[in-house]
Amino acid sequence: MATSTTNALVGEEPAGPSPKPGTGRSGQRRSALLHRLDLKGAPYAFVAPFFVVFAAFSFYPLIYTAWISLHGVELATLDVMQWVALDNYVDLVNDSRFWNALRNTITIGVISTVPQLLMALGLAHLLNYRMRASLFFRVASLVPYATSVGAAALVFTMLFERDFGMINWALGVVGIDPLDWEADKWPAQAAISTIVIWRWTGYNALLYLAAMQAIPAERYEAASLDGASRWKQFTHVTIPGIRSTVVFTIVLSTIGATQLFGEPLIFGQGPNGVTGGADNQYQTLGLLLYEEGWKNYQMGRAATVAWAMFLLLVLVFAAQRLIRRLRPRTP
Amino acid sequence: MSSLGTSRGKRLAAAAAAVGALALVAACNSGGGSVTGGGKKDGKVVITMGMYGVMGFKESGLLEQYEKENPDVDIQAEIAGDEQTYYTALQTHLAAGNGLKDIQGIEVGRAKEVTETQAAKFADFAGQTGTDHFLPWKQSQITTKDGKVLGLGTDSGPMAVCYRKDYFAEAGLPTDREAVGKLWAGDWKKYVEVGRTFEKNYKGDKVAYMDSASGLFNAMVYGYPEQYYDEGGNLIYAKNPVVKDAWSLAADAAEDGLSAKLRQFQPGWDPGLANGTFATAVCPAWMLSHISEKAGPDNAGKWDVANAPKGANWGGSFLGVVEKSPVKAEAQKLVAWLTAPEQQAHIFKKLGNFPSSTASLDRDDVKNVTSEYFSDAPIGQIFGTAAQEIPDKQVLGRKDGTIKDTFSQGLALVEQGTSRDKAWKTTSERIEKAVG
Repeated sequence: MATSTTNALVGEEPAGPSPKPGTGRSGQRRSALLHRLDLKGAPYAFVAPFFVVFAAFSFYPLIYTAWISLHGVELATLDVMQWVALDNYVDLVNDSRFWNALRNTITIGVISTVPQLLMALGLAHLLNYRMRASLFFRVASLVPYATSVGAAALVFTMLFERDFGMINWALGVVGIDPLDWEADKWPAQAAISTIVIWRWTGYNALLYLAAMQAIPAERYEAASLDGASRWKQFTHVTIPGIRSTVVFTIVLSTIGATQLFGEPLIFGQGPNGVTGGADNQYQTLGLLLYEEGWKNYQMGRAATVAWAMFLLLVLVFAAQRLIRRLRPRTP
Repeated sequence: MSSLGTSRGKRLAAAAAAVGALALVAACNSGGGSVTGGGKKDGKVVITMGMYGVMGFKESGLLEQYEKENPDVDIQAEIAGDEQTYYTALQTHLAAGNGLKDIQGIEVGRAKEVTETQAAKFADFAGQTGTDHFLPWKQSQITTKDGKVLGLGTDSGPMAVCYRKDYFAEAGLPTDREAVGKLWAGDWKKYVEVGRTFEKNYKGDKVAYMDSASGLFNAMVYGYPEQYYDEGGNLIYAKNPVVKDAWSLAADAAEDGLSAKLRQFQPGWDPGLANGTFATAVCPAWMLSHISEKAGPDNAGKWDVANAPKGANWGGSFLGVVEKSPVKAEAQKLVAWLTAPEQQAHIFKKLGNFPSSTASLDRDDVKNVTSEYFSDAPIGQIFGTAAQEIPDKQVLGRKDGTIKDTFSQGLALVEQGTSRDKAWKTTSERIEKAVG
């Protein structure tokens, strides 16, 4: 993207003839040329700053990461790079930890995204009703989103603590044996999902709410005239009305779930956070990258994981586009 | 305005924006100012320090004292709780050449890696006056092959066993520290055996014998000159009988349910100390300050310290000065002062971190130190005797620290019910990955 723009920029702005003011026809031609340049070139010049920054902070790191991933490099000696071609990728595909991390990323992604979006939908529906202090509730639902990952994850980690955590205490009150939230696979993944759900539900709810309020009131009136119940109105008017927003939140959540990192890192605390549990039971791809890079100090392998994650996202969206194209369009 | 003028204006604006963006990029690269945050300002010398755990300089008031004695010096110390997190950040900062402090703590498990790969980034202490008072093995650990000394030793880690007298009494075991030490004298197996007796006789609920199987494992392997590497730098953990024996005994303890399954130095450990969920902890000298701080005043006098079955040196640290520091000389002076015999004795008396300076060890006020928190245990004598059992030679390896952490995780797996063979396999796979 960035390269094509820079090329265009260079191509559209050739160094014109040196200015010689007051030379009749050539001056006119020059002015016409500049006019054309203005129309065609200026827009590129105006978007250029973004792409320069993009090139420096996104595109260059992306390419450099790819370059590193073809080498054996240690963090302590970044200048010593040993060419290994695609060995890192072959190792990664054959590494059971990679598949484990991929599975964990998907399962945590599903158990955090699905309830999150469903709850957001319900919450938005409730907030859409006329009620007292609606502004307060709307702001309140956004507060978790404004909390930093660190603070939220830390508090939840304390709640889920094995010996003296509040959740195990509450379970004890109703007679359920305490769970070792961190050490067991599914409790750990559920706990991490809880943090994600808590942080993002309100945010998604507000997006849905905004979309809901754009639905014309006449549709609801027409529906109620036809005798549609509240539920029928919800499923037949509201849901179709906010479909594009739902797709948008699904895309965002999918990207977020793929990159899940801070929550499990803090949840595990110390060495267990880095490896996603003593048994890697909640190690996500993001954590695997971190473990390779900042525990094993193998930057080449860390870069390989980063690229694998990137390719994975590309693959998911290519598949999604393909499915949409193959599916017959409904009117 | 003519089209020419507008166009020129736009082009100018665009060019300015592009230049601005580039300048932004360039600014990020050059950083500007001091790389360590330290420096000289308005006649004041600012020295920054990066440390971890309870290294004791700030906690014992030494930094304040130095500032008082040198009014032109302002020390800014940043202390990370967990050494692994700290070292990871340090590695990143060293690689980037940015975000460093003037003075950085270096744990013994990282000493080999630092001397082999980062020597150029640390200032040399060789030949500085008043820095020749350390235990010989201590300074050799932080000296490179060509004789560069990258730091000065802070403390050393002779070993003892900390235990709860009240729990021992309830389990019908002796509580007197001499008698307790005799229960397991000479062999760690006896320590585990006492644990089985404890579990059988202790009637109350929810008190495990030890905090974590990994503590026992570390205490055992650090009693020998070679652990994970041999002197040639080869990885020998898989066939080293020392490691094998320690693994097998620690796994025994884990499988018999003697451990509270806590992870040392992680947050779950602290409430365990505060609420007394375990009766013993294998404790190097520097762990005393952590125990007394986290177990809190409520538990004062309940803990005591007994001799460990066998001597060992677990942990201990160094302070190094970053080569690029703008206040290198001042920082080195501060490090020399902080690690001087008198200051080491002060920290030991205040917190329990055991000196690594021969001159400090010979002082009477070190030999006679007792710990009020630990039932007035004569820790000067206990750790002094233990220090004499520390092997004179200690072979370090590049990934010692990472391998130690990996073994701790492996034993955590056994504690959670994974078979020991599978846990060993997982551990060795991880070590292969970690050594590259």
